[in-house]
Formats: sequence, C-alpha cells, structure tokens
Amino acid sequence: MNSLIDFINALGKYDFLQSALITAIMVGVMSGVIGSFIILRGMSLMGDAISHAVLPGVAVAYMFGFNILIGASLFGILAALLIGFVASHSKIKTDTSIGVVFSAFYALGFILISMAESSTNLHHILFGNILAVSDSDIMTTAVVLGIVILFVSFFYKELLITSFDATYAQTYGLKVQILHYALMLVLTLVTVSALQTVGIILVVAMLITPAATAFLWTDKLTTMLFLAGGIGVLSSITGLYFSYTFNWASGPAIVLVAAGLFLISFLLSPKQAFLRHRVKKTAPAPQAASVETLATNEGGDR
Amino acid sequence: MLTIKNLTVAYDETPVFANLDVTFQAGKITGIIGPNGAGKSTLIKAVLGLIKTQQGTVAYNDQTMKQVQKQVAYVEQRKDLDLTFPINVFDLVETGTYGRLGLFRSPGAKERAETEQALAQVALSDFKRRQIGNLSGGQLQRVFVARAIVQQAEIIILDEPFVGIDLQSETAIMAILQQWRDQGKTIIVVHHDLNKVSRYFDDLVVMNHGVIDYGPTSAVYNPANIGQAFSADLSAVLFTEKTGVGE
Repeated sequence: MNSLIDFINALGKYDFLQSALITAIMVGVMSGVIGSFIILRGMSLMGDAISHAVLPGVAVAYMFGFNILIGASLFGILAALLIGFVASHSKIKTDTSIGVVFSAFYALGFILISMAESSTNLHHILFGNILAVSDSDIMTTAVVLGIVILFVSFFYKELLITSFDATYAQTYGLKVQILHYALMLVLTLVTVSALQTVGIILVVAMLITPAATAFLWTDKLTTMLFLAGGIGVLSSITGLYFSYTFNWASGPAIVLVAAGLFLISFLLSPKQAFLRHRVKKTAPAPQAASVETLATNEGGDR
Repeated sequence: MLTIKNLTVAYDETPVFANLDVTFQAGKITGIIGPNGAGKSTLIKAVLGLIKTQQGTVAYNDQTMKQVQKQVAYVEQRKDLDLTFPINVFDLVETGTYGRLGLFRSPGAKERAETEQALAQVALSDFKRRQIGNLSGGQLQRVFVARAIVQQAEIIILDEPFVGIDLQSETAIMAILQQWRDQGKTIIVVHHDLNKVSRYFDDLVVMNHGVIDYGPTSAVYNPANIGQAFSADLSAVLFTEKTGVGE
C-alpha cells in the first residue's frame, strides 16, 4: 500500500514519470484497438512480423536524423508488400513468407543499428525505456493515437466486414487489399509508438494480449475494442507502477501484467470459463435432462 | 438475364473449364449440379469477379458485372467463416446494407428497420442478439439469407445453401427463393442433392468441367445428362424411384 502511495506521490513530483504515464496510457489504447483487428483477422504472426520489420527503418531514421515514424512506416509497408508478393507468387504459404521476410528485415535492422549507434540505443529499442520519453515522443504518440481513432472510426464497418467476411466485401466492390495495407500502415505507426514503452521485442505482446483478453469477455466488436483499449491502459499503468516500485524493466513489467490479466480471463471469463468447465467435468454427472427441457433451455431449433 | 459467353478459368494453368456458354434467366431459380470438382463454385466465383478468368464475358442485361456489382448478393458456404467472431445476428444481417451505404456512412434508422424486417422474414427476430456461433446450421444459413434480403439485389447466388441444415430451415429458405423468383430476380443455386432437383429448380445447369446441358429442369434432368456428369448410370437410383415417391 505504501509503495502505491509512493508511486502516486512520485507521479505528482517527477515530470519524467508523468510523461511515462501519459505515453503508457496512449500506447495501451492504440495497441489494444489495432490489436483487436489483428487477432480477429488471424494475423497475430503478421503483427509480430511487422513489429520486427520496422527495425531497419528505425535505424535509418537515427542515421539520417529524420522522424522514425517515416522510416518505420516505409519498412513496415515494404515488409507487408513483400510478404504478400512472395506468398502470392510462389508455392510458399503466407506464414513461411512472413518468417523469411521479417527475419531478414530484423537482421538488417541489427546490422544498421550496430553501424550507426551505441549499444545503449539498441538496448532501448529492443526493450523499451518508458522512463526516458521526451516531449516530442509524447507528441508523436498523441498524433498516432489520433490517426488510430480516426482510422477505426471512419472505416469501422469496412474493418468489421473485411475481418469477418472478406469474400463478401469483395463481392460488393470494397477494395479489400487497399484496406489491408492501410491497416498495415497504421500497425507500423502503433509499433513505433509502442517501441518507447515495451521495446520492439515485446510490441507484439501489447498488440495481441489485451485484445485476446477482451475477446474472451465479449461477443460484440465495439465492446471488444473498448475493453482491449482499457486492458491495454490498465496493463500499462500497473506495469509502470511495478517498474517504478521494484526497479523492473518497464516493457517486461507491462507485458507480464497484460499476461496476468489474460490468465485471469482464461480461467474466469464467460466465453472461456476454463475453471467452470473443469469443475463440471470432475463433478458427478447430473441426471439426464429430458429432450423437452434441453430444447426449452436452448431457446430455439438448435 | 445473366449471360456467360466463352468463359475459360484455369488454376495454375490447369483449366477448370474452357469456352463455357450458359444463360441464367430472370424470374427463375436455376440450379447448378455436378460432381465434386466439376467447377460449380469456380463458375459462380467467376461470375462474382472473385477469381481471374482467362477469357470470356459475363453480362447482366448487357451490362458488365462490375457495373451491376451492388445488385448481386452472395450467400457463401458457411464453413469458410470464423463463427467465433464477435458479431451477433442483427449486426451480421445489417452488413447487407454496407455495399449501398458506401464509405464513411453508417447504417441509420432506415437500415436498422430493413434489418429487423429481414430477420422477421426468416423467423429469427428472437435471436437477433445471439452471437452467430451459438446458432444451429439452419439458423445460421437463414441469417445469411436475411443478409441477402437486406441487400435488395437483383441477382442472388447461393453456394450449397442446404448443406447440413434442418428441414424447417430448408423449407423457409426455399420459400424466400420462390418469392424472389416471383419478383423477377435471377437466382442461382449450387446444389448437390440430386433427389430434390426437380422440385426446387425451374432451370438446371449440369456441369462437369464445362456445361453438359442447360435449360428447363424438365428437359435437362435426365439419365443421359446425369450419367455423363457423374460418370455413372444413376437412373435406377434417381429416375425410377422418383415416380414411386410421387415427386
């Protein structure tokens, strides 16, 4: 309890901690929302790939002194295009194509960073350093959050239908591929913002884990988006608290909190209800219900 | 009238069918039958513009399919969809309005009323808040038919709509297809159950890597065409028993 009061006092006292908290909240929201679409489209591996493939873009931006969002976006989109091109122009399946392309980009990023900067910077990129965010980082993150909110608001129904039933969307003339690459572009922007908080290695966790947790609690997409954003924020704030209090690295602390929330949901959520099912399995079998009772309970002609 | 001329489709240079000609009449329910791998689904995907064609044309009343894209409803096979997706019955049916709404417009009161009406037509109003994974196969198929109702299309294409569904749903869906037929719409159904062909379809297309025959069911559904399509003499099973059960 004392440590929580210390943390709150420190928040009032230290600018760097306030900046960290604001950034963590923004990253929590955007990664939860975009991550929801990533998992619903069965693209978790793609999310992982893009988040790693931006590394050379980050390195090039450092080397030439331009905004890392631009460098990362270029390489993120290039990776997405290349993955699609290799998969559609060969017998190789998409997951294999992802493996080949993203590891090559990641390796290139390592070499470029080692050529350009000290190992300290590399460490920050890989593992994040939320306690060192600058004002310009906060501004960049705010801009990306704005882009995410506008993108999802304006294209909500298109994102919904292409995530659920892309074939149907194609039949009425929706440009499914353009929307896919737009989503990949937004994903790269979110990835770069999340670099500050959790680092490149764990970005995928912020994209996937809060969204997967939200998925276990609801059957409605809008609710899932809000829940995923909320869980992202809760993970970020709690992780930051652990990071400050126990001197843990901020990225892993945030990701572990998110994983903890997922575990709780896995055990207790109504959709998954792992514990309830286990208890039912071990309990003695109830007397068989009549067909009529079953039909009434199901409320339909199932 | 939907007219296909000289259509060739190939996957990896292996032709599924070549130089295919067929016509689907408005105001008719047309069945497409043939063995597995005959190219039935490929034909409708080509009509829908979902796959590349090597040559040929598909036209609806002298307009290209691109021009009438929003006039086409497609009820695809349910097995291709993720039934754990967080969407309920109402929201799914409402997606039928997305095509004519276009970008940046959300469904409003009018679209919601149309959705309610379509759900009532397929007798699923009581299930509108239910997640789609919690429906039976027949209920789910009726949901997709309701989406097609909401689309208000002139051409409706259904791929194996009666697979794995209960008789009640099958009858309800057939009643809606007949209503559409009476409104002069063009209805195309990929179908596998030969026993119901005469009862369900006004016209028939018999396929096996090309069209063997097409026209009124009474003329096309005969032992010779079916035998050729399925490479087997099915007359003892299909055509003698039929009179016995009063088809």
